[in-house]
This record gives sequence, structure tokens and C-alpha cells, in this order.
Amino acid sequence: MNNWIRICVLALFLVAAFSIAVVKGETAHAAAQSAPSVVAVKIDNFSFGPQAITVAPGTKITWTNRDDIPHTVVSTEGVFKSKVLDTDESFSFTFDKPGTYPYFCSVHPKMTGTVVVK
Amino acid sequence: MSKEKKDELLIDHNRDGIDRRGFLKCMAWAGTGTLCVMQGGVLKSFSLSRLSELDPAAAAGELRFVQVSDSHMGFNKPANQDVAGTLKAAVDKINSLPSAPEFLLHTGDISHLSKPEEFDAVDQILKSTGKETIFVPGEHDVLNDDGQQFRERYGKGSAGAGWRSFDKNGVHFIGLVNVMNLKAGGLGTLGAEQLEWLEKDVKSRAKSTPIVVFAHIPLWSVYPEWGWGTDDATQALAYLKSFGSVTVLNGHIHQIMQKVEGNVTFHTAASTAFPQPAPGTADSPGPMKVPAEQLRKVLGITDVQFLRGKNALAVVDSSLA
Repeated sequence: MNNWIRICVLALFLVAAFSIAVVKGETAHAAAQSAPSVVAVKIDNFSFGPQAITVAPGTKITWTNRDDIPHTVVSTEGVFKSKVLDTDESFSFTFDKPGTYPYFCSVHPKMTGTVVVK
Repeated sequence: MSKEKKDELLIDHNRDGIDRRGFLKCMAWAGTGTLCVMQGGVLKSFSLSRLSELDPAAAAGELRFVQVSDSHMGFNKPANQDVAGTLKAAVDKINSLPSAPEFLLHTGDISHLSKPEEFDAVDQILKSTGKETIFVPGEHDVLNDDGQQFRERYGKGSAGAGWRSFDKNGVHFIGLVNVMNLKAGGLGTLGAEQLEWLEKDVKSRAKSTPIVVFAHIPLWSVYPEWGWGTDDATQALAYLKSFGSVTVLNGHIHQIMQKVEGNVTFHTAASTAFPQPAPGTADSPGPMKVPAEQLRKVLGITDVQFLRGKNALAVVDSSLA
């Protein structure tokens, strides 16, 4: 009799643990599904579009150069820096930490943009 | 390539009849062998025949050199798909000048993407002038490596990021670098170290010494909205204030412009690769497509002559067609 009780309690515990894990997994999955994780910024006509953008932490931003002149994407605080991007080349960066990230094109410094992560 | 009507726009982004990738409506640039002067936004041109009034036969100490600029070797978009060909045409032009230049100045954007093969190609093409070329970098020449390759190739005799001075026939030449460490939202920049060097370089020179300054980005505010200016140029020009004759030669804007301010004459050169729109006439300063038969008319070289006894250098722009 005692053995049976022990087995039942263990089984109950395992089921409970498993359920919690599944629920937790589902919640995380749902969260990931509801927020877009990759955002595109287009570089064209000597400008970043959109110039100001707000994203959630964990978002990856991909800049693609559609201009007929090369450009770069460089954080003013040294957080990220692309190599030179010719037409149709891209650069990506994932923003994990909340904050404001101003950036510019180091070749044409009048081109500026901002990423806000919150 | 499809046949397009002369005034047809290729892409009218703003529906305003003006587009830098479309055709230029009014071409005021004149043809071969013309002196082009932009005054207050109005282009004035003088044919070569009038330059005999400048007394070219004058005196000893005559010095002649040619400025080329913005060859953008490696560029291959619609505005010009053969930049090597147009640079070769510029060299042909140089080789056919009535009196050979002593040397060449290249005011930057030698390459388009700072690639070794691009620099190699330009060197190869310019070699056929048989003359020495002295270079200052454009922002396209210092990509990815903080200008290290530029200095390795062209930096002999220079200091810092590649600035230098030298004398030829009594004229003092100063090559400046204003494309390094550009700050967000800013224009071209010379920086404290270079300005200090410049001050020392000119301090003890006779004020009657003619000075030629050459740098990539214009040293006057042509159009700050498009980055066409240098943040700390005023400081540099202050060091040259008391010299009787100062000529500033720049590139970067891919069109000919001239401004006179007291003893200083500013002149920008055409590109040998592609033209760019006049300030404010397009939504951005990118390559401007023109009808194929007109391309060589908006590209060119600048022939500069120093005549002893004259304050200003004679600057003559020639288009490639």
C-alpha cells in the first residue's frame, strides 16, 4: 500500500512539473510569435527609412542599401558598425538592451537615424 | 538600352518634374575648352579664345598643372557604366593640351569602394600621362580601413592622415585631408592635429608666395544640407589670410563651381566619372543620369596655370567632349 502511494505522489509530481514546463513553453512561444523579430530599414536617396524606429528588445534590424552609392551604418556610441554596403548589400544587428541608439552613415555623415529599444 | 526622349524623366519620385536619376532639362555646361564660372547660381562660360587676354606668354616661373577628381573607379551604375573609359578620355585630354602640365593633382574619390584593384586601375590609367600625380583622399578612398591603404599607396612624404605640402616653381602647394573621423550630422573635417600642422607650415612663409590648397570636400559652404562644406575650414583659411594669392581646389560635388572671397579663389572640379545635381535641384546629391551623348560634356579636367606677377591662377575647365 505505501509503495503505491509513493508511486502516485511521484507520478502526480512528474505530471505537475511537466505541465508547468509545457505552459511556460507555450507562453514563451506565444510571446515570440506576437512580436515581429526582424525589422527592415531601407537605405535610399541618402537617407534611412524609416529614420526613427522603435522596437522591442531582442529585435533584429536589417538595413539594406537600395541607393546607387555605398553607405555605412555606424552607431555614434560604438555599439555597432557595418562595413561599407554597396547597392543591395545588407547589415543586421540585434538590439537586446533597451535604450536609444543614434547612428549615421560614416561616409555621408549628414545621413542620420535613431533606433529606440523599449 | 532603350531610346528615351530628351526631356523624359526616368523615375519621378516626387512628381515635381525633377529627379536626379532622370534627364537633366537644361544643360548649361558648355563644350570643349571652356572656362566655366558659377556666379550666384548662374553659370557663365567663356570660350578658350578669350583667354589670350590673360597674356599666356608672360615671363619666367610659369607653372602649369592639371587637377582631376572623383574618378570613382569601380562605380558601374546607370549614370556611367564605364568610368575607366571616361578617365581614359580625361587622360587623352591631358595628353593633348597645347602645353603639357608639370604634374597632376587628384582631389580624391579615386576609387569607389576603396578596393585595391580600383586604385590599381586608376594608377595604370594615369601612368600614360607620364606625369607624377599627387593625391588627397576622398571619403570613398578610406572605407573599412581608416585610410591605411590610401596612405600606403599615396602617402609618401605626407603626415597624419595624408596631408602634405610641397613647392613647385615658387608656388606653395598644401594637400589637406578632410574626410577622416566624420561626425554624425557633420560636414568635412580637418581636425586639430592637421590645423596645427597647417599653422606651422605657413607661418614663416613670405606673404607674396602664391598658395594652392587642395582637398576633397569643398572648404567653403557650398551646400551644407548635402554635406558640401568643411566644419573647421574657417580656421584653416584664417592661417592663410595674409597671403596675397590663395587658390583652393576641391572636388566631391562633381560639378564646377567658383567663388572669390578677398584674396582666396575657390574652385571645384568636375568628376571624370559622373555628374551630380546642382545644390537643391534634387532630393539628394547622388549620381545624375544624363543622356549618353551628353555625359562627356559634364565630365572634365581642370588646367591650372600660374603666371608670375598675376595674383590669381588661371583656372580652365575642359569637358571631355
